[in-house]
Amino acid sequence: MQPLLITRFSIVNCLGAGTAAVLDALRTKRSGLAPCKFETASIDTWVGSVPGVEAIGIRRGLEDYDCRTNRIAQMALEEDGFSVAVAAARNRYGAQRVGVFIGTSTSGILEAELAYRRRDPGSGALPGSFRYHATLNTYSLGDFIGRSLGLRGPSFVVSSACSSTAKVFGNAARMIAAGACDAAVVGGADSLCLTTLYGFQSLELTSRGPCRPFDAERDGISLGEGAGFALVEKPTARPPGDALLLLGVGESSDAYHMSTPHPEGAGAKLAMQRALAAARLDADDIDYINLHGTATPTNDAAEDAAVVELFGRKTPTSSTKGATGHLLGAAGVTEAIISMLAAQHGLLPGSAHTRNLDPALKSNYLLETRDAHVRRVLTNSFGFGGSNCSLVIGDARAH
Amino acid sequence: MHAHIEGIGLLGPGLSGWQAARAVLAGAEPYRPARTIIPPSELLPPAERRRAGIPVKLALAVGREAFMSAGHDAASTPTVFTSSSSDGEILHEICETLATPEREVSPTRFMNSVHNAAAGYWSIATRSREPSTSLCCFDASFAAGLLECVAQVAADRRPVALISYDEPYPEPLHATRPIASEFGVAFVMVPDATRRSLATIEVAVAAADAAETQLADAALEGTRRGNPAARSLPLLAVLARGSAGETVLKYVAGMHVRARITPCR
Repeated sequence: MQPLLITRFSIVNCLGAGTAAVLDALRTKRSGLAPCKFETASIDTWVGSVPGVEAIGIRRGLEDYDCRTNRIAQMALEEDGFSVAVAAARNRYGAQRVGVFIGTSTSGILEAELAYRRRDPGSGALPGSFRYHATLNTYSLGDFIGRSLGLRGPSFVVSSACSSTAKVFGNAARMIAAGACDAAVVGGADSLCLTTLYGFQSLELTSRGPCRPFDAERDGISLGEGAGFALVEKPTARPPGDALLLLGVGESSDAYHMSTPHPEGAGAKLAMQRALAAARLDADDIDYINLHGTATPTNDAAEDAAVVELFGRKTPTSSTKGATGHLLGAAGVTEAIISMLAAQHGLLPGSAHTRNLDPALKSNYLLETRDAHVRRVLTNSFGFGGSNCSLVIGDARAH
Repeated sequence: MHAHIEGIGLLGPGLSGWQAARAVLAGAEPYRPARTIIPPSELLPPAERRRAGIPVKLALAVGREAFMSAGHDAASTPTVFTSSSSDGEILHEICETLATPEREVSPTRFMNSVHNAAAGYWSIATRSREPSTSLCCFDASFAAGLLECVAQVAADRRPVALISYDEPYPEPLHATRPIASEFGVAFVMVPDATRRSLATIEVAVAAADAAETQLADAALEGTRRGNPAARSLPLLAVLARGSAGETVLKYVAGMHVRARITPCR
């Protein structure tokens, strides 16, 4: 595929607001996970919550969109000069030529959960303050982002569970290649909610402590929340050497089961192969793999099998979910941005909370953070419904 | 950007399949709205058939018709699914459960609550490991899906299927988001015209300087307005007539998606 320039990105999660906070946490192997005190949830698990969401005032004129997910998204738009960079792109290309491809898993579902507690005792009606279109509908996040940034280009929300915000990079690449826009805001957000907390608990997939990817005693995920955005643009003839590029996108479906990954990671392997092929690279060209690494027994085993089959045992790998938690719909862009930081700052992030590597897993899994020359990173995101997406990100010099 | 349509699938109130509904949509026979009849899915293995909800069955049924008529292999074709609301029944049940003290969410319900449930079941049913995306764009979900499907065909130069579907919410959500009846539509599109191609479709995003295309028949227009996926009806009417014509679909941010149809035969 034609590489895309990544000209700005921003991020918010339990590690903090902005790339500097996240980079610092990765360098020091700091985790943002803590015992779950979210809302009225009484589940024995740890989560990664974004500090200060309650104090956020939603942007004037967009008050209808006020909900936890949109607040977290707004926090990210205001970090790292992101909104300013988008405004410049809007002026350069025109508002109609900048697309908005946003991912989320549950959008503002928390608003519906709260509204269902306040139904009219007689009629069963939801309270009048409930705003379906601006909070619960899956598109509300995309609508909110588009309006916040004043963009009028092609727009929709991708919702394919935990692969959503990896896949939006593919949507942007295709739309730009097809000439429907010149640049795009990609990324997305998800917030903690009772649906996912109790839902993953019902599937016995929540960890009792902080999640421990690739650990012999891993026992499930720690849910997280956050947002991440990237501004991607059609490539210029000669991008500056330190420019970041989206080099490849690979997508696949498992055709196996709705919530259990294929045991040998067949779909995962296909997504990675397709990402390498799109980037016209070999497995040896990849310096680091940011794994999906949820810390469920089945995901890590299947992903490890696929990675080892394709890359062997040498390529450094790690999951950063011990630091951030599993951001579900926002995991893809969060880990894409961590991959960008790894390439920009020459950093291989060690795995927070992982103590004893599972001897059955064979990839070169990093327990400690270290400095290295990182030119190209592959990052994996796999979701329910067997939806897989891998991205290859690198700097322009390597390309 | 453009593509060529090789197969169509359709289910809606009084519209039981593209072949069956064609004469109605062309205006040759009267439209009689009736309950949408969704056949049990022959594609799914028994365990999945039990677990799948109405929107999944709806999506699979229209997808199957489109592939049957196109004569393409579903296993090797990427898909674009688009829906404003996915499974409203499950959302309602989960919210209701979470409002009880026990909060005993059903694991199967939770697993099926994802917006891409239909895509997941489709992949299992057709044994397809090809890429699939699942979109939402509120009332413009069909327009967004159409745009993505044609962009994929144009950018990747390979066949892609579009499956658009929506079902009504139960109360109390229905009052906040009224959707009238189940409606699903599917297209198989290819990059280069073949002898099987029905029509060329050219799509573009443009400023909203013309009115959205409506239907002359009042009952059919009511169906169009009643369901986000049924916003496809004016486009289907052009295809049913076998004539050339442009459809203006309302999009977002004051924009339209314009779809121009030119028959291939």
